[in-house]
Amino acid sequence: MALDIKKFNKVLLLGSGALKIGEAGEFDYSGSQALKAMKEEGIKTVLINPNIATVQTSEGVADKIYFLPVTPYFVERVIEKERPDGILLAFGGQTALNCGVKLYETGVLEKYNIQVLGTPVQAIMDTEDRELFVKKLDEIDVKTIKSVAVNSVEDAHKAAQELGYPVIIRAAYALGGLGSGFCDNEEQLRVLGEKALSFSPQILVEKSLKGWKEIEYEVVRDRYDNCITVCNMENFDPLGIHTGESIVVAPTQTLTNSECQKLRELAIRIVRHVGIVGECNVQFAFDTDSEDYRVIEVNARLSRSSALASKATGYPLAFVAAKIGLGYGLAELKNSVTKTTPAFFEPAIDYIVCKIPRWDLGKFQGVDRELGSSMKSVGEVMSIGRTFEEAIQKGLRMIGQGMHGFVENKELVIPDIDKALHAPTDKRIFVISKAFRQGYTIDQIHELTKIDRWFLQRLYNIIETANELETYNKVADVPEELLRLAKKQGFSDFQIARACLKEQMTGTEEAILEVRNHRKSLGITPVVKQIDTLAAEYPAQTNYLYLSYNGVENDVDYKGDKRSVIVLGSGAYRIGSSVEFDWCSVNALTTVRKEGWRSVMINYNPETVSTDYDMCDRLYFDELTFERVMDIIELENPHGVILSVGGQIPNNLATRLDAQNVNILGTSAYDVDHAEDRHKFSSMLDDLGIDQPRWRELTSLDDIYDFVAEVGYPVLVRPSYVLSGAAMNVCSNNTELEMFLKLAANVSKQHPVVVSEFIQNAKEIEMDAVARDGEILLYAISEHIEFAGVHSGDATIQFPPQKLYVETMRRIKKIAGQIAQALHISGPFNIQFLAKNNDIKVIECNLRASRSFPFVSKVLKINFIELATRVMMGLPVEKPAKNAFDLDYVGIKASQFSFSRLQKADPVLGVDMASTGEVGCIGDDTSEAVLKSILSVGYRIPEKNILLSTGGAKQKAALLDAARTLHEKGYNLYATGGSHQYLNENGIPAVRVYWPTEADKEPQALQMLHDKQIDLVVNIPKNLTAAELSNGYKIRRAAIDFNIPLITNARLADAFIHAFCSMSEDEIQIKSWDEYK
Amino acid sequence: MRSLKSASLILDDGTIFRGKSFGYDKSVSGEVVFNTAMTGYPESLTDPSYKGQLLAFTYPIIGNYGVPANDFVDKLSKFYESESIHVKAVIISDYSFEYSHWNADKTLAQWLQEEKITGIFDIDTRALTKHLRERGSMTGKIVIEGCDDVEIEDPNDINLVAEASCKEVIEYGAGSKRVVMVDCGVKHNIVRCLLKRNVSVIRVPWDYDYSHINYDGLFITNGPGNPDFCNATVENIRKTIADNSKPIFGICMGNHLLAKASGATTYKLKYGHRGHNQPVREVGTQRCYITTQNHGFAVDESTLGSDWTPLFINMNDNTNEGIRHKTRPYFSAQFHPEASSGPTDAEVLFDDFVKLL
Repeated sequence: MALDIKKFNKVLLLGSGALKIGEAGEFDYSGSQALKAMKEEGIKTVLINPNIATVQTSEGVADKIYFLPVTPYFVERVIEKERPDGILLAFGGQTALNCGVKLYETGVLEKYNIQVLGTPVQAIMDTEDRELFVKKLDEIDVKTIKSVAVNSVEDAHKAAQELGYPVIIRAAYALGGLGSGFCDNEEQLRVLGEKALSFSPQILVEKSLKGWKEIEYEVVRDRYDNCITVCNMENFDPLGIHTGESIVVAPTQTLTNSECQKLRELAIRIVRHVGIVGECNVQFAFDTDSEDYRVIEVNARLSRSSALASKATGYPLAFVAAKIGLGYGLAELKNSVTKTTPAFFEPAIDYIVCKIPRWDLGKFQGVDRELGSSMKSVGEVMSIGRTFEEAIQKGLRMIGQGMHGFVENKELVIPDIDKALHAPTDKRIFVISKAFRQGYTIDQIHELTKIDRWFLQRLYNIIETANELETYNKVADVPEELLRLAKKQGFSDFQIARACLKEQMTGTEEAILEVRNHRKSLGITPVVKQIDTLAAEYPAQTNYLYLSYNGVENDVDYKGDKRSVIVLGSGAYRIGSSVEFDWCSVNALTTVRKEGWRSVMINYNPETVSTDYDMCDRLYFDELTFERVMDIIELENPHGVILSVGGQIPNNLATRLDAQNVNILGTSAYDVDHAEDRHKFSSMLDDLGIDQPRWRELTSLDDIYDFVAEVGYPVLVRPSYVLSGAAMNVCSNNTELEMFLKLAANVSKQHPVVVSEFIQNAKEIEMDAVARDGEILLYAISEHIEFAGVHSGDATIQFPPQKLYVETMRRIKKIAGQIAQALHISGPFNIQFLAKNNDIKVIECNLRASRSFPFVSKVLKINFIELATRVMMGLPVEKPAKNAFDLDYVGIKASQFSFSRLQKADPVLGVDMASTGEVGCIGDDTSEAVLKSILSVGYRIPEKNILLSTGGAKQKAALLDAARTLHEKGYNLYATGGSHQYLNENGIPAVRVYWPTEADKEPQALQMLHDKQIDLVVNIPKNLTAAELSNGYKIRRAAIDFNIPLITNARLADAFIHAFCSMSEDEIQIKSWDEYK
Repeated sequence: MRSLKSASLILDDGTIFRGKSFGYDKSVSGEVVFNTAMTGYPESLTDPSYKGQLLAFTYPIIGNYGVPANDFVDKLSKFYESESIHVKAVIISDYSFEYSHWNADKTLAQWLQEEKITGIFDIDTRALTKHLRERGSMTGKIVIEGCDDVEIEDPNDINLVAEASCKEVIEYGAGSKRVVMVDCGVKHNIVRCLLKRNVSVIRVPWDYDYSHINYDGLFITNGPGNPDFCNATVENIRKTIADNSKPIFGICMGNHLLAKASGATTYKLKYGHRGHNQPVREVGTQRCYITTQNHGFAVDESTLGSDWTPLFINMNDNTNEGIRHKTRPYFSAQFHPEASSGPTDAEVLFDDFVKLL
């Protein structure tokens, strides 16, 4: 009989904080779903999450929202204030889970009489602690990877000898494989073991099963002990590559029924025995020559895989898990797609999905590009098709790295294909393509990669079709059957055009349109299919859609009523574009829907809320390419399309869609082009008399020297063709300029370089605004804490500005008004300015929502996107009366870096963006807001010892005051040569420490870091000389590797130091968002 | 591009789906049904319950892991569910011409050709499924380019059980308890599930009078087609129930026949249940199972005899999924606790049965 459901009044949900590698947007999705589930039950919700750009931290999603760090200290203080009777730990990734375990262990949950909803904490601990985990699984005869837990490198070596190399090392309780890796020998083990020990007191040594298949099951269990497996997934890459780094398909493709059922039965047996109540992920290693297996790990919480499984099947795992946490049984809940059948079932899929990671390794100096057991990707895409070929080719376009699919890409330069196949990097799939083209056989590639032959056979089908297409020189000559086959295998019009035209393909756009028109004349068009959880067995009440060429019939009945408004989403999360654009997209959809129009979304990122099928009336989980967007527009026949809320991907389509007479809502494509085109924009500014940093597009080194003679060093150099490393760089002298241009980039007539004057010590200011017909309706001006030169996506941003002259603000407003008028802006836009004294220069203008829209919207408490959407739809709007001067509080947006995951990368900030996420916190003054936000991105207030190496003369001077404050507060200062001397000269005592190049002297900075004697490192890079770079790099890298807070910018260091010296942690106020009025 | 013969699937209502042939080149007719399982094509194709049917897989990519060898151990197939393929044709979307699996012996196409079974691919199986869902299962035919056309015949008009059943008594195992298995077209995994529990099995033809045999329990198997053809079996069961109270366990067709023996009637479902994800609840409890199913007919619960009560219910459409006798050890399941292919959750029913012996 049904058990009674306990009534909860108020439930606390822990979020996952800033997006970081291994913990990204999937937890915004999971958390939002859980909050929705609570709300449906009439339960009050409290959310702690400093990630201000998320959907879950939006008005109305939770009753109380705290932009505070998800740490035991702050969570306890919120509990003390809010007195919830339940807590949800499973929806905020490892951050929330670890925090919850701590709260349980320290008795906080018991003290305040809070019940953990769902899986009990003991069960979580049983899965997180390796030793307990293995013991637990031994009890039910389930095989785990034989692993030895040790606390020292010596013991690790002993264990490795017993197990036999190669072994894998893992840090216990670590996020997504942090501090783990493979060791082939003792030397490698010593290096890795030490690093892992810096993250965790316990490390695990395991026998490596490299080459086995990696299979995952998502299991749900309710308190009646009823279990289902929602989805199984197979990694394309064999074991050895972290599942977050691997291409993954769902459902499994190469497993027989008997193998699937074996693993399914094991997964359920484990989940029952551990005592999961809710959702759980079980990862298996599976032999390729028998039915032998090992359990890799169990995640007793929602995970990246569960988000993927939800999107892959349409089964809302997080929502169901939250309801189960409240005491519901699966049978008591409904399938949210059919609305008639119960949630107790296992989805039947009638398509294949393919998840592909998105890396941004090019953004990091010196980073190790080889893929392994630790995660480095910053985002992912999910593609859907009815053949593997179709899905993978779609996916390879979706990752947005300039690739057109598996074939017909720009030729990659791979010096050693064998090596590139054997030791995979982020380019691995394209290396396979190249290898096939060079005559490698499926067996050869299998031997080198251990990728299952089935996947390789399917990839080879694509190669064969490409070869056949290439025998034709004109698109019109390609036989209809071949054209159809190519489309069924996911070839884009571009790929077909390039295969036929080869080097003669000059005008890309014309060629693409030629293929498009030709195939349409033959009736070769895609059909729309529904994702319905039951493979068409029951009718679906939702419109979760994708397009495929493998079909003859649409699942949607198009009315042609012109009531659709299509919003283009932001695609894969990447450095520079992430959850903030998801927030913008969701708000645009909500506004469209509220106004009685049919809201239609196109996006393909499984980590988002915008790809939740109940956020809009129709969701196309598909590509954001011109071709696919046109396909959808031709089916939908919409009233209009919104391009300005999904970041740069949709924005870039403006001109091309306009050329096809698509109704673009908001600012016209013509004006978008005038803001995007450097030359057009620049001459417009000249006409308006608006100042900008001098710049020129140049094609030879001599021209560059001439320009430098005019503007002086430093200059910002942006090549159009980058060979390796960063896409742009600041150069301070001839040597640096030559080094950068000769080593990293190409300068020629075909590949011009944009060189701009780089203004030092200037303030950077942003304006986010909404205009209608060229008139600004709403704006927010914010200032960067750091001086210009740190990418705006990495900078710490303050809103409202606290240190800007009124004159500066007035002039910025005026300039923005002129630009809005000149570009006839209707909708959202963002302008970046440089200000030195009262001299204002415009750096950039984007006629779309920017990264900071959610931040300023939430701090000002006016929804910029809602207003912008109403403007774009031509609805009446009122100019909001409120303005930033009315605010009695300050918001600080701080950046989250993931350097600890990016082995060998130099954790230094520059003109190219490197952060993976951000937080936004509110305080009564700058110091409080800075402290909250910096603590939220993982920094700790130092206990006693601080290491300073403070860069050049200017930075040294800038930090003098901060150093004095530290000294007065009783901190011990340690400083390297120059900094030490400078502090001494200014009467501040400090202990001198030595650089790695001063090897014979003691104490060594590196050793101190190694021994964890330092609590905070302030390391300001001085210049780009080799010795300086190497010394500084070693210190910075060691700080990251030993998990010691590191700051590399003088202005940020100053702000942080003053913040924690002026107030202590317990003086931080625990105020929810709505308490800031 | 491969050059393949074109083929058409023509439904009884005139709907045509065009595809290509990949199996044996022969036009065939039968009842068109769909299965939503994502794995297990070798098991499904050899499941005698599919006799006479043109089977469409809703999962689009089929053939990936090839087909295992037809090895026999102790009169039982090692990997198949019977001696041969029973479906009349296979309908799929995307066929894997090459396979990859350590246990595979041949491609799906080779197997179909060897067993002279028709295969058609490049079909929009989702569109087909929706069509069958809306209009109900219907007969149809596959016509292969260059092959003789055929008339559409309804396999439900003939006694398929008689075709699928064994023709003589076969004994398996040397377990202490003896179970008579009335074979209406048994899946080998049912036999394996019993043998595994130390039971010896005496497999008898569907209409065989087993009353002279010394046994501890009676098992009534799955089987194809319309249960109304099996009056002979129903009569035998009635007699057994009247004679003694030895445990009875039935699966699928076994559920139909046990129900009919109790006086109940069966009816044809609109498009049946075929797949690995059918949710079933044990009546009056919170115990739920994900089950494998393959049936086109269902027991009309309202016609059950007064001594009988529903045991399981389908949670999707509330149809009957099993019955039990109120006082005696008789029970049956409409779904397949022996799985193969499909989830193994309900295998405990075999334990329940063996405990009763």
